[in-house]
Amino acid sequence: MKKYIDTGKKDTRSGFGAGLLEAGKADPRVVALTADLKGSLKMDAFAEAFPERFIQCGIAEANMVGVAAGLAITGKIPFIGSFAEFVTGRVYDQLRQEVAYGCTNVKIASSHAGITLGEDGATHQTMEDIALMRALPEMVVLNPCDFNQTKAATIAAAKYNGPVYLRFGRPGVPNFTPADAPFEIGKAIIMNEGTDVTLFATGHLVWEALQAAQALEDEGISAEVIDIASIKPLDAEAVVESVEKTGCAVVAEEHNMAGGLGEAIAGVLAASHPAPIAFINGGDRFGQSGTPSALMKEYNLDAAHIAQYAKNIINNK
Amino acid sequence: MTKYTELSELARQVRRDIIRMVALAGSGHPGGSLSSADFLTALYHDVMDHDPASWKRSGEGQDMFILSAGHLTPVYYSTLSRSGYFPASELATFRRLGSRLQGHPSVRKDLPGVFQASGSLGQGLSAAAGAALGKKLSGDPHIVWVLCGDGESEEGQIWEAGMFASHHHLDNLIAITDWNGQQIDGPVSAVAGEGDLEAKWKAFGWNTVIADGHDFDSILGAYSKAKQNVGSGLPTMILFRTDMGRGIDFMAGTHKWHGKVPSPEQEQEALNQLGSTTLGDF
Repeated sequence: MKKYIDTGKKDTRSGFGAGLLEAGKADPRVVALTADLKGSLKMDAFAEAFPERFIQCGIAEANMVGVAAGLAITGKIPFIGSFAEFVTGRVYDQLRQEVAYGCTNVKIASSHAGITLGEDGATHQTMEDIALMRALPEMVVLNPCDFNQTKAATIAAAKYNGPVYLRFGRPGVPNFTPADAPFEIGKAIIMNEGTDVTLFATGHLVWEALQAAQALEDEGISAEVIDIASIKPLDAEAVVESVEKTGCAVVAEEHNMAGGLGEAIAGVLAASHPAPIAFINGGDRFGQSGTPSALMKEYNLDAAHIAQYAKNIINNK
Repeated sequence: MTKYTELSELARQVRRDIIRMVALAGSGHPGGSLSSADFLTALYHDVMDHDPASWKRSGEGQDMFILSAGHLTPVYYSTLSRSGYFPASELATFRRLGSRLQGHPSVRKDLPGVFQASGSLGQGLSAAAGAALGKKLSGDPHIVWVLCGDGESEEGQIWEAGMFASHHHLDNLIAITDWNGQQIDGPVSAVAGEGDLEAKWKAFGWNTVIADGHDFDSILGAYSKAKQNVGSGLPTMILFRTDMGRGIDFMAGTHKWHGKVPSPEQEQEALNQLGSTTLGDF
């Protein structure tokens, strides 16, 4: 099994902040907007380096989306940042008309996504955002797994011409992907090759999937681990190729079942290579208060459950 | 011919286009289109700094106009066409499958003059504020214009944008409200009681100008005052007092023609009331 070293816990939102600063240095068209969450989104370094290109919008997310669209029309590359729920569900119609249908080059920086926002509870957690953003025609949906990958994905989003939904999180999590790995929109990343089962994972669940693969290896089971950082476009070719080899899959995500990565992969496999699949996700529930790690356990979003589901699904082959 | 007569004849043609487009398509919104016809004609033919031949969506080096009240496509498309953005013959394709003239404005059909999609209300003022900010960041001194409805101003996002534009000193943003007092379900005063729009915009930190939206002297005076506010550090809202359905007696002053199609007899009667074509019907 390929070894991945946790070089120290870091939050993925700081990866975004680092990527935004670098994108801003590389391209003077990059501007950043927030709705009173500059610190939470780790936009401070960008705002200090480029004060005239940092636009504080106040607690008015709908207006922020429209302002970003207007800036994009005039040739800027705006990143709008807030908590995941407030830049998706709260402004779905604005993103639909002003950004997706309106063909504006706006990047949606979505922090504190999923259940690991933690103690603030269900009003601030969203397990539905991937579904909403996948549903918008032409919207690119990215959900990188650690600090390094989030930084690279941010830089790739700035270079891509078109709307991008970039999802990341609040808590410190293992940082284990190479700092210099290029990020390619639409490409699955094979983290570990295996033959008995494919573990597809996105975001915070990629590290858990790697831990699960290690545990499975200790029991003599060979698991392939694929990081789906680009949920849309989805690398259907890589998905089918892997499951043709392994014959079954587990899909793990910090999101509900409806409209998530699990359904996206099930759709690809149903059409091209039907195979048994198990799903690790939030099901059909709202979140609640708790520490991030307690919540991940409560919602079965951990390595132990991925390994257990993998063993079950292998038996269904 | 005086300037006012010229604009008045242009507006007469725009009104004929509105009636004929809606009748031909069998759907569309004549009421608010007729109330906006005079001040939009004046804006495009006498006020905006724009060149249809070199139009591009980025709006660089030109004034920009965003239609926030997206259902006003009949007056919008007619005005764009009659000021040289595309041939008037294309007005006959309004709302047809494959047409660049979608029911509400789209940027997906490469229709010259259209900077942004609209239709879902309350969003265009934010986009215009963003474009105005973009122009400031790029050092482009041109103005961004935007048209909102008074009914549309019941949307909360309009007021978010209002706060944003004054806070960020977007004095290159000139918004227009077609204050016709009507919306789909009835008079604005009965549906939502929006109250004193001028006082509200002042309270949101804007310069305001009130004018008669059917008198060209008053319209051009309002535009002139608004343009003098560029450099004041604050955006400007022009509130044009208008009549929904203006120009056709059985459509005027009521909400009932917001989105209603005239029968063939009503169409003929409307065209008779407007008078003969001035630029040639499409």
